Amino acid sequence: MEWLTAEEWSAVALSLRVSLWATLASLPLGVFVAYALARWSFPGKQLLNTIVHVPLVLPPVVTGYILLVVFGTRGAVGGALAEIGIVFAFRWTGAALAAAVMAFPLLVRAIRLSIEAVDPDLEEAAATLGASRMWVFATVTFPLILPGVIAGALLAFAKAMGEFGATITFVSNIPGQTQTIPTAIYSFLQVPGAEDSAIRLVVISIIIAIGAVLASEWLARKAVARGAGL
Amino acid sequence: MTLAVDIRHDFGGFSLDAKFDAPRGITALFGRSGSGKTSIVRSIAGLIKPVEGIIRVDDRVLQNTSSQTYVPAHLRRMGYVFQDARLFPHKSVRSNLMYGAQFAKGRTAAVGLDDVVELLGLGALLDRHPRTLSGGEAQRVAIGRALLSAPEMILADEPLASLDEARKAEILPYFEALRDETQIPILYVSHSVSEVARLATTVVVLKDGRVIAQGDAATVLGDARVLPTGVRDAGALLEAHIVQQHEDGLTELEAGGVPLFLPRIKGAPREKVRVRIAAQDVILAKEKPDGLSALNIIPGRVRSVRIGDGPGAIVTLETPAGAVLARVTRRSVVRMGLGEGASLYAVVKTVSVAPSDVSGRV
Repeated sequence: MEWLTAEEWSAVALSLRVSLWATLASLPLGVFVAYALARWSFPGKQLLNTIVHVPLVLPPVVTGYILLVVFGTRGAVGGALAEIGIVFAFRWTGAALAAAVMAFPLLVRAIRLSIEAVDPDLEEAAATLGASRMWVFATVTFPLILPGVIAGALLAFAKAMGEFGATITFVSNIPGQTQTIPTAIYSFLQVPGAEDSAIRLVVISIIIAIGAVLASEWLARKAVARGAGL
Repeated sequence: MTLAVDIRHDFGGFSLDAKFDAPRGITALFGRSGSGKTSIVRSIAGLIKPVEGIIRVDDRVLQNTSSQTYVPAHLRRMGYVFQDARLFPHKSVRSNLMYGAQFAKGRTAAVGLDDVVELLGLGALLDRHPRTLSGGEAQRVAIGRALLSAPEMILADEPLASLDEARKAEILPYFEALRDETQIPILYVSHSVSEVARLATTVVVLKDGRVIAQGDAATVLGDARVLPTGVRDAGALLEAHIVQQHEDGLTELEAGGVPLFLPRIKGAPREKVRVRIAAQDVILAKEKPDGLSALNIIPGRVRSVRIGDGPGAIVTLETPAGAVLARVTRRSVVRMGLGEGASLYAVVKTVSVAPSDVSGRV
């Protein structure tokens, strides 16, 4: 690659891998949580809503620290997972976990909005035609919210690409292993004469972010229109 | 096939306590808005769960609170036609129609896609999308979709309420066709006496969540005391057949040997029709009137005189054409000495019978 150095390229590739996994792995849970928040009433609903949204407002370094405590090799969950060979701390998988947690509120919000735009009367009609709950979701609700799901995923992907604080706290900034675009930019800015590298990564970040937001907005509008039968 | 309903439910401020049977044919649930019609239909479909009661179709129990039986909506086989068509916006008309068939494994619908397309005139709509349909077209598709889910019964919840008069006139004949050409029983919710009079074989009248009358259509609609819309809607249902189409725009009918002249009704000679004659359009005369513009003069005897709360009274005449109701003043009842058995003539203006009061193919 002529216009990116090996180190820059490895940061871009790692960022893409981390963000893709963070998005895809959290998508099923995101749809489920969004559906629960949009359609069900259950004890603890407000608590769940808060937990989902708190990474939006918590200092990312705090989220990263909590992840380190819980999912670190000596953490409660991390220790147990380490015994079956799943390690998050200081690995790219940890970067993906941190990105997923930070992007989750955006994912859930977008999907929840599109679920709320689906007329429950349509789901009722499907039930009277013989569709069980699972079938109603598969044949009516999900097709109608699909643009919203994709919009949410794009937004989450863009957020994951930009995650910095929680990532650097949880998995540090190891070139080739846990160094993503934002942490690489940070490193380049610490080194005299590396501004060119930083600027190239900044431009890539801006393009990905703007593209994701535009696509996500467009799909979200489409989802609302579809739910309204337009 | 008979649907038996006996349910109680409390909506907080409104209680439902309804018991009725819906036999083969069209059973109309007739009542004002807020009388509990929709709650009953939703209970039958399994969309709300009454706190207590029994709902069954013949021996198939859909709900029985004393034996803890509750069949969920998707297993009830109730074809629900909603007031708003509720077509799936992401599916074509054809996929909407076939939606229920994929769940009706092992059961074949009494009617197939081709029959439904023909019966409801959907041929030109199959590849279109719901958003491009008019209200009347969408409702026809919704009816077809319910039929093709192989239902044991059709629940039609004010299917015409969201349509204008022209669209209503477009859809009503399809329900008549359903009643006459399929064996599927229909529970039809309405607050319109003309819809009920045209379609119903059995009428169940609801008021404040209670059943206040049930029975065959002619009997219930002739009883002004139970009509939800008041005495103005009292009237008689006459079974007649077409004799001849006249050149001056009139159709000659015969009911029990009595000739009736009405504004043009579509149909061939000998075709059966049902005519609703509103009580307030009927004048009574003691002698056979002469030199009168009204064309229909039906001889009869007084079966009953029912004095109302206001200035009016309903006189029911026994005539060869069937029972005819007349709404007159109490003063006229006294002055004419109307009592049971009195011989009278009922006079009906031809133009007072609206086309919407006549139904075909009974």
